[in-house]
Amino acid sequence: MKVLVPVKRVIDFNIKPRVKADGTGVETAGVKMSMNPFDEIAVEEAVRLKEKGIATEVVAVSVGVQQAQDTLRTAMAMGADRAILVLTDVAVEPLGVAKILKALVAKESPDLVLLGKQAIDDDMNATGQMLAGLLGWAQGTFASRIEIADGRATVTREIDGGLETLTLTLPAIVTADLRLNEPRYASLPNIMKARKKPLETIAPADLGVDVTPRLTIVSVAEPPARQQGIKVESAADLVARLRNEAKVI
Amino acid sequence: MAVLVFLDHESGIIRQASRSAVTAARALGEVHALVTGDASVAEAAARIDGVAKVLRAAGAAAAHELAEPLAAVIADLAPAYSHIVAASGASGKNVLPRAAALLDVQPIPDVVSIVDADTFVRPIYAGSALATVRSSDAKKVLTVRASSFDPAPAEGGAAPIEQVTVPDGPALSEFVSIALSQSERPELESARVIVSGGRGMQNEENFKLLNPLADRLGAAIGASRAAVDAGFVPNDYQVGQTGKIVAPELYIAVGISGAIQHLAGMKDSKIIVAINKDPEAPIFQVADYGLVGDLFDILPQVEAALDKAG
Ligand SMILES: Cc1cc2nc3c(=O)[nH]c(=O)nc-3n(C[C@H](O)[C@H](O)[C@H](O)COP(=O)(O)OP(=O)(O)OC[C@H]3O[C@@H](n4cnc5c(N)ncnc54)[C@H](O)[C@@H]3O)c2cc1C
Ligand SMILES: Cc1cc2nc3c(=O)[nH]c(=O)nc-3n(C[C@H](O)[C@H](O)[C@H](O)COP(=O)(O)OP(=O)(O)OC[C@H]3O[C@@H](n4cnc5c(N)ncnc54)[C@H](O)[C@@H]3O)c2cc1C
Repeated sequence: MKVLVPVKRVIDFNIKPRVKADGTGVETAGVKMSMNPFDEIAVEEAVRLKEKGIATEVVAVSVGVQQAQDTLRTAMAMGADRAILVLTDVAVEPLGVAKILKALVAKESPDLVLLGKQAIDDDMNATGQMLAGLLGWAQGTFASRIEIADGRATVTREIDGGLETLTLTLPAIVTADLRLNEPRYASLPNIMKARKKPLETIAPADLGVDVTPRLTIVSVAEPPARQQGIKVESAADLVARLRNEAKVI
Repeated sequence: MAVLVFLDHESGIIRQASRSAVTAARALGEVHALVTGDASVAEAAARIDGVAKVLRAAGAAAAHELAEPLAAVIADLAPAYSHIVAASGASGKNVLPRAAALLDVQPIPDVVSIVDADTFVRPIYAGSALATVRSSDAKKVLTVRASSFDPAPAEGGAAPIEQVTVPDGPALSEFVSIALSQSERPELESARVIVSGGRGMQNEENFKLLNPLADRLGAAIGASRAAVDAGFVPNDYQVGQTGKIVAPELYIAVGISGAIQHLAGMKDSKIIVAINKDPEAPIFQVADYGLVGDLFDILPQVEAALDKAG
């Protein structure tokens, strides 16, 4: 079974993003970038499937700029066998990413595409579902557990009221939630090894995909800041203020 | 053209968040509601103030709000609608992007404000920025944040109900089971008061120390990711960028440091209270009222003060 894992290069989750002064976006120049945390979880799960003998090959793919190679090398250091970079300098929306991934699925014929549930930059939470729609495949989103047996995937999903379990006919799309696993750190020898693993670069046009965005960014602004509050001295003071000042209890 | 709103339900009860989606949709046109499940769900939808028509997708294929058949139903109905809307809950986020892909539309998730029929405001980067985006798609597919729109009243409407058929297709996924967290407390997304605990609660036993406070305030209980990951409480308690987005009148954060991913889920609360032993904890930067000290001492004191105040 082959597993395809799309990984995205995003601003590191520890960094507080700054809105550009001209209001056109968020400052990314000179900012530390890392693999989207949900995608680390997806890579980890794919590598575990390989270690269990269920997956035979794990292919990482990223749509993005040249530096997304680093993200792909990280995926390979974690255990992915090879990588594909779909090189583009324009920001591609989930619809465009899903179309690119659909074309790659046609080339690679994976049995499972494991994505992150959302990228922590644009927070769309859409790409996996859209790919599933374009392919007409089953989808198991927000997965906290995956079991593969007899051509089916049993997926436990984090939903609003608790947990739901579905079985999916393979091939299928699964998106990873936070509690699916704890991703490993790549060891130094594996980082070295990853440098020699194959990384292929292609252009969206090679796949015959039009990624023209449908959304125009009108503006990007800081959200209204909260007024700095006060420290109260005692529980009694707190309760009195909640009652008399804030009037919320 | 009218607006199609998918109303999700849990155990037959339409989520309050879906009624907020009705409010958002009314700003865009006449609202037609799509529901699955028993006739009683459709009847409840018909009574929601502002719903002009209810479309009920009945039968096994539409049960459990499975994404594959539901997205197909929505794509089938889409030609009659300018906008397709749902609340940004787990169900809307599961189904709508798939439907959007079938329609060749880029969806717009987590809308917090509607500027005009094509232009919407949505938070990005865990709420560190607000992006105003304009869509060039002929149809718009949106999920909306319940915390930004008041729920439409559950009673007041009398809309007609029509059946819609689920298009034939292979059964790609199958429902196995559901495990809902049992709680007598209000839902997080609709609670007026929320008491939330973090890693500072130390363990599952101690986390229960929040119950007496929540009981006194009629509050829902939430948690940070660290508390959920450590197994103090189930996943559906998580508040934050990747959990639930809430904006209650009063949010009390107990033993929570205030990481940006947590703040993303609660910083629009009207009043925020933080109880933390570290005076430098970032949660104090957003708190209206901060109380520095050991939560295990402070919690009983707050309860006593509440009892005294009556
Ligand atoms: C300030 C700002 C300005 C922007 N301006 C523009 C613009 O002018 N034009 C424009 O087209 N877009 C623009 N974007 C869109 C942006 O670049 C996002 O990449 C895009 O919308 C994807 O959304 P997402 O990553 O949140 O997807 P999600 O659906 O949240 O991602 C889910 C999963 O899909 C996979 N995935 C997503 N993207 C990729 C990828 N590139 N490669 C590999 N796997 C991937 C990953 O597994 C990921 O975990 C802008 C975004 C921001 C924040
Ligand atoms: C991709 C991604 C998504 C994430 N999504 C979310 C999300 O949706 N929601 C979320 O919450 N987090 C999320 N996180 C995690 C987030 O970054 C933080 O790790 C998490 O919020 C920390 O939880 P905490 O505040 O409970 O724990 P800590 O940061 O460990 O803070 C514990 C606090 O308790 C205080 N404390 C300890 N003992 C006591 C005591 N006896 N009395 C008083 N105070 C005490 C400490 O001073 C400290 O401030 C996400 C992270 C990533 C990478």
